[in-house]
Amino acid sequence: MEKKKMNVVNTSVEKIDSLYLSQGKSCYVEDFMPDNALHVKMLWSPHAHARIKSIDISEAENMDGVRGVLYYGNVPRIPHCTAGQGYPEPSPYDTYMFDTKVRYVGDRVAAVAAETEEIAEKAVKKIKVEYELLEPVLSFDDALKENAPVIHDEEESFVPIPIPYEPEKNIAARVGMEAGDFKQGLKDADFTFDEMFETGYAQHTPMEPYVTLAQIDNFGRIVITTSTQVPFHCRRIVANTLDIPVGRIRVIKPRIGGGFGCKQEMLIEDVAAMFSLRTDMPVFFRFTREEMFKTGRTRHPIRFRMQYGVKKNGEITALGMDAVNNTGAYGGHGLTVMSCCGSKVFPLYHVNNIHFDAKAIYTNLPVGGAYRGFGATQAFFAVESMMDVMAEAIGMDPVEFRKINHIRSGESHPAFAALGEGKDGTPMSIGSNALAECIEIGAKEIGWHRRTGHKEKSGRYRRGIGMCCLMQGSSVPEIDMGAASIKMNEDGSFNVHVGATDLGTGSDTVMAQIAAEELETTADKMIVYSSDTDMTPFDVGAYASSTTYLSGEACRKTAAKVKQQILNTAAEMLNSDINELEAIGASVVTKDGKEKVTYSEISHYSLYENNQYQIAAVESHITHKSPPPFAAHYIEIEVDTYTGEIKVLKYVSAVDCGTAINPALAEGQVEGAVLNGISYALTEEYRFSEKGKMTNPSLKTYNIFSLRDKPEMKTILVPSYEDTGPFGAKSVSEICINGAMPGIANALYNATGVRVYKAPFTKERVWKALQEKKCDF
Amino acid sequence: MKKISFTLNGEEKEFVLDSADEKLLNLLRRYGYKGTKWGCGEGACGTCTVILNGKTVYSCITYAFLAEGSEIWTIEGMGTRKNPHPIQKALVKEGAVQCGYCIPGMVLSAKAMFDKIPSPNDLEIREYMDGNLCRCTGYEKIYTALKKVAESNAEGGK
Repeated sequence: MEKKKMNVVNTSVEKIDSLYLSQGKSCYVEDFMPDNALHVKMLWSPHAHARIKSIDISEAENMDGVRGVLYYGNVPRIPHCTAGQGYPEPSPYDTYMFDTKVRYVGDRVAAVAAETEEIAEKAVKKIKVEYELLEPVLSFDDALKENAPVIHDEEESFVPIPIPYEPEKNIAARVGMEAGDFKQGLKDADFTFDEMFETGYAQHTPMEPYVTLAQIDNFGRIVITTSTQVPFHCRRIVANTLDIPVGRIRVIKPRIGGGFGCKQEMLIEDVAAMFSLRTDMPVFFRFTREEMFKTGRTRHPIRFRMQYGVKKNGEITALGMDAVNNTGAYGGHGLTVMSCCGSKVFPLYHVNNIHFDAKAIYTNLPVGGAYRGFGATQAFFAVESMMDVMAEAIGMDPVEFRKINHIRSGESHPAFAALGEGKDGTPMSIGSNALAECIEIGAKEIGWHRRTGHKEKSGRYRRGIGMCCLMQGSSVPEIDMGAASIKMNEDGSFNVHVGATDLGTGSDTVMAQIAAEELETTADKMIVYSSDTDMTPFDVGAYASSTTYLSGEACRKTAAKVKQQILNTAAEMLNSDINELEAIGASVVTKDGKEKVTYSEISHYSLYENNQYQIAAVESHITHKSPPPFAAHYIEIEVDTYTGEIKVLKYVSAVDCGTAINPALAEGQVEGAVLNGISYALTEEYRFSEKGKMTNPSLKTYNIFSLRDKPEMKTILVPSYEDTGPFGAKSVSEICINGAMPGIANALYNATGVRVYKAPFTKERVWKALQEKKCDF
Repeated sequence: MKKISFTLNGEEKEFVLDSADEKLLNLLRRYGYKGTKWGCGEGACGTCTVILNGKTVYSCITYAFLAEGSEIWTIEGMGTRKNPHPIQKALVKEGAVQCGYCIPGMVLSAKAMFDKIPSPNDLEIREYMDGNLCRCTGYEKIYTALKKVAESNAEGGK
């Protein structure tokens, strides 16, 4: 695409929904709940692993106000996958609406729909269940040991495409690659390393929980208004699970109160839809905060064995990653998260000899899902920690070591071709890349030159500076599709209908800007509607950092088609050759500047006057590459060596997201991701009882940061131009969540000489590490 | 069921409780004041923040009967589409509204703060806003917006 002078793109247009959101207007799922809606409550498994011997719903069913009870005995038993992904999914179909077996504390046993929430709660307690307890599998090691209890011992579960699936060994998925000669690479090195890293569970904690409303319309169709990132996948999965045609379901995504990946899942809609189908009533189902933690989706805990070889001159000769990913009781995003541990991470640095073997394993613990960063977050902790370890071993400055090794424009990497989503990846070479500038700018902003080694530090409070480099992707190439439709109105406004799913990110505004730029008008002329399976074209949804890059380009292509129609009509009106015309300032003018028709006049003409037709178009887009955004993060911390408390003093993110379509919104993505990353690194932790029950399912005990905890943040958008993206754009939403964990670990080492290999870096864990590794007090 | 009355957004109104232990959040939403959001039900996230007699409370854990005779402000009383409250204007201008679910609560906490301290300093902003969680923004632009309101209040007060 040739560069043009931007008028609307790369300006911080006011987010189109922000005023009404700030005024609390009705716009979220719960705001649409009718008074007569039934309320759903679920009986969750209290056991990590058990078979249901018997279940008696009669007392619950007969209670006044109870309108239905669902359990395995009265619903279809259809294997499916709850993860919202391209179809067929690279994931096991290992989930049933209700089953005779429960596989984690918080698994479904039965559901009640009642006239009030209170009645539903009481009725749930009247369901009598007799369990046969099975030995639970509660750790990486338990799952992989010989003769471990088999979590998915049912016959029916299967994988819809040929991918490794060995449920008898508790292996939900397996992925890997070999490039060059890894062993030889280790032999060629001056220094070799072999270290273990481990990350824990985390929850997305959007302020709005999972919430859904299913209603039957006058045609008998199910209308599901739901808090989802994936309306079209949701429709498909509900249809499959209920065994009804897709055409009988309409999924509407209103405003969404955040998702961060957890709503890339069909988790509650099937039950609400089934109740509404059976009762012909509106059915409302919202998770409590406790349910969000226990049975909502989580970030996969991953254990890494990292092997590296490096030469004294800084050349990395070998990279080995053996990863075990705890996907919990179901395998939805197991394979893809593992794959991204490699594909979104390895290409950052030159290395020819690679060994990568990753397994996603079943345990009787909460279920992993998509979470902003998606495997790259966990893997960057290991990889960027190791970059500092290696730099120190060869006596090179960590920044210098990264500078000589990072990937450049025009270069490729074997991981792109090797690692896909259930198939080979997509070979590609790097287009836009401003990482070198990011590294320089970030170093200057933090004051890297003043950084001293840990040996020069003493006293109770010690400061350290750490850094890391990052990448991600933009969309899933050759798989994900987005589409848009645009029609013109007689005042020169345009209806822009997109499947792209704005869940608070501001993508509606971004789409408006892209369409306005292409149409040579202003963003306020765009009336954006997203997303509704009846009304908007298909889009895979908001995930994989795809919306701006993929759906944005679909929107641009659609706008270009509409512009062509506008020019055609103007040519007719002006009796002129289309090549003598150009669109500018919401008008079409002759190139000699003598004649002009406004968009409003053109639309009037096309709708009312002559050769009438609706100026409108629909276009789709798939991507052939997944251009990485790049970032360099620099973090200054202060450690209290007496308590182990880490305080982030300043966090610098220098980010190359290509053209920032809306710089303020892009900064907002960075800042939100950074703070989420910091609390993931420092305080967010799932604690479990011996029997596998999460014991801190509350925002009072699962600690996410508040404004009080916010460090000084400096976000610097470093422009580049990605030729394959709309007006040069790449993605920005995920990348910056990856930096805090390795960056803080590196800063902690710089402050104390102690390295942490297990996250989160809670006070207790840091204090213990300082004691054990003999930080000199 | 018991009737209660309180002044809501400057207007004296009567409400019927749906149960003795009904929470204020539920009552408000039942009566159509849906700008107050349910986020956790445990008084931890702040999306349900309202101002009761000048102080912010979590309406999800506040019994509705306690509102009897009180003065309550909700987001519905905070500016109109044509004439937004200065806090709302600032949040919108700075790009501080992402998903927006926390924002009504943020606006009310900020209003309670500015009513007490027209020009709060850094620490005061952090203290007053501590009870409202946001997962989208990292608070950076929310903080900047409030800082600008504080500065403008300081200038106005001169």
